Amino acid sequence: MDFSNVIAGFGVVLEPMNLLYCLIGVIIGMLIGVMPGLGPVATISILLPLTYSIDPVAAIIMLAGIFYGAQYGGTITSVLLRLPGEASSVVTVFDGHALAKKGKAGTALGIAAIGSFIGGTISIIGLTLVAPLIASVALSFGPPEYAMLALLGILLVSTIGNGGALKSVIAAGVGLLLATVGRDTFTGGERFTFDSLALADGIDFVPIAMGLFGLGEIFYNLDERHNKIDSPAKIANIWPSRAELKESSGAFGRGSVIGFFLGILPGGGATLASLVAYAAEKRVSKTPNRFGRGALQGVAGPETANNAAATSSFIPLLTLGIPANATMAIIFGALLLQGIVPGPTLINDRPDLFWGVVNSMYIGNILLLILSIPLVGIFVKILSIRAAILAPITVLITLLGVYTVRNSVFDMVLVIVFGVVGYLMKKFGFEPGPLVLAFVLGSLMETAMRQSLRIFGGDVTGFVTRPISGTIIGVIFLLIIAIPVTKAIIARRAEKRFGVHLRPGENALSVTLAREAAAAPETGVIPTVSGKVSGKDSGKDDADAASTAAAKRKGGTE
Amino acid sequence: MADSMTSSSGKKVPTSAVVDDDELEDDEFVPAGPTANIGAAIAPLLLGAAGAYGSIQLGLGAPTDPGAGLWPFIICVLIVLCSIALLIGGKRFWDAEAFSRNSLIVGIALLTLVALVLALPYVGFEIPCLLLCFVWLRFLGKETWVMSIVISVGVTLAFWLLFVLALGIPLPRLF
Repeated sequence: MDFSNVIAGFGVVLEPMNLLYCLIGVIIGMLIGVMPGLGPVATISILLPLTYSIDPVAAIIMLAGIFYGAQYGGTITSVLLRLPGEASSVVTVFDGHALAKKGKAGTALGIAAIGSFIGGTISIIGLTLVAPLIASVALSFGPPEYAMLALLGILLVSTIGNGGALKSVIAAGVGLLLATVGRDTFTGGERFTFDSLALADGIDFVPIAMGLFGLGEIFYNLDERHNKIDSPAKIANIWPSRAELKESSGAFGRGSVIGFFLGILPGGGATLASLVAYAAEKRVSKTPNRFGRGALQGVAGPETANNAAATSSFIPLLTLGIPANATMAIIFGALLLQGIVPGPTLINDRPDLFWGVVNSMYIGNILLLILSIPLVGIFVKILSIRAAILAPITVLITLLGVYTVRNSVFDMVLVIVFGVVGYLMKKFGFEPGPLVLAFVLGSLMETAMRQSLRIFGGDVTGFVTRPISGTIIGVIFLLIIAIPVTKAIIARRAEKRFGVHLRPGENALSVTLAREAAAAPETGVIPTVSGKVSGKDSGKDDADAASTAAAKRKGGTE
Repeated sequence: MADSMTSSSGKKVPTSAVVDDDELEDDEFVPAGPTANIGAAIAPLLLGAAGAYGSIQLGLGAPTDPGAGLWPFIICVLIVLCSIALLIGGKRFWDAEAFSRNSLIVGIALLTLVALVLALPYVGFEIPCLLLCFVWLRFLGKETWVMSIVISVGVTLAFWLLFVLALGIPLPRLF
């Protein structure tokens, strides 16, 4: 492999403008991770108009920084307030907040920051080695392979992600349908435009993303506003001791590997990685009963994994042109806006962009480590800003922002329409993630499908007989059967064991872990006469609140 | 895969700890009734059916020469099939959320946005911006009068400085 481009990439990162946008990105990421209300997907969507006016490399560096920066920021509220800032920090609550209660909030944050840094860095190295290989294999892919890959990506995101699979597939279908609005590239005829001039060129990606993710989430938060924020725990001794680092070192390693691999998987991503890493730590631990009561590994493992996964989820996007989650779909859209089509040729056509973005993550992670250890006190102060004050500001940024893209009032109307749609979707249990993902892949998929049909002379069995597309179809069939069945089994078990029905955005695995963590009795607590263990009930509420809080506050999509 | 890992602790929750799950606190998730679940299936069903009809009008073509309507037709059939499955299995779904008094706030918020968009081309962005901010802070967010006024003026001023002065974006404006 040719390393000269990798090194040249560092030159790109070190350009002052790119460094500046990297810093802006990670600070925004930290902020939105800490602040109530918007998650990274919403923030990146709302900031899309800004990317028009800056250089593509700097734009993507900034958007990426927001994404992985939010993974750091989300930890702070998990540990201090028991409120996970991000869905991927839910499991951190169990042991992170338990540590904070013991007066070790600083240690928990320090370990989480160091773990995030290690996970992120290992994952970037993995990305650097793996991405060129995948891209070189993918160069031989033709339209049938692309059609099937896009289908696989959409199905994985629909089935693994939060929410019911059926509803997610419907959402994805609507996304694909929306992508067909406008002029047909093959026949030139107009489709579903209802003779509207504004729709003739198709629906723009920006208003859809800003509406569904940005405004939709603002509406949903208005509906859900709690304003019940406790005063954060006090932080002291943020630097972990050598013994504590040694204790967590195994978790750092395992978390990095779990995160890296689950991050590549479309639909897997940071949330699943953190859950699996927590479960894995508990399994390998010699003292699993300490989990839920302040085990350092219970913070180190998931925090390392979610950051590693956030980084490696760039791999399918940058090498195959298939976004692995909602955030990647937005970044995909941002690249398309700049006239760059992500895919296997990206690494050779735009090495500056590819290696610039990848290498910026090293710098970003170093910046985040600095921001989250010595400067953590500043971010904790932000917790006191009320959601009520942020809401009108974000809504105005969204509306005025979309106007600036094309000076179009029609786009503002579209944002409001999709905002209402996004709000209603969340209310009725549909995830907007698959819709947006399907929308960005829609025209690619249709083109590939129709080209394939021409190649095969109308014979659809051609998809099966080509070795690679045939294999992908095999995988699709396996997954269609395996994932819903596994999910149903986990959910049923959780429901049987704990007598709960899963709520929207809740993941059976996260509920199971939450209940287990809460069930761990406090040390030295003796069962009372009634047979109830004191302290346990509050623990259950803690974990319970935590497991739903992320889904409620930020939405399950990453 | 993940399933086997979770069972590792061997800890069982005593049944006494989980009796209170269906109680609904103030900000708890309230599942919607059957009407909402049926509606959630019928809306995409209608969309899919209408889309399928429209696709046939566009012309499906043949597999050897796909028409403009073939691809949307396939998608619409998929949407219709999934919606029917949702309709049939709807009773088992718990993920639709009931509307509450808070949902009214969303309605008001929506009205302010529509008003902003309607007024923008005529009176510029400053006054609608100021008013929207104030309504959201004072009435939707229950901030104090002073806070609401100070923040609204500050935000509007900041937007004016950012969009007009710094970025030079041709936003419709009064000043």
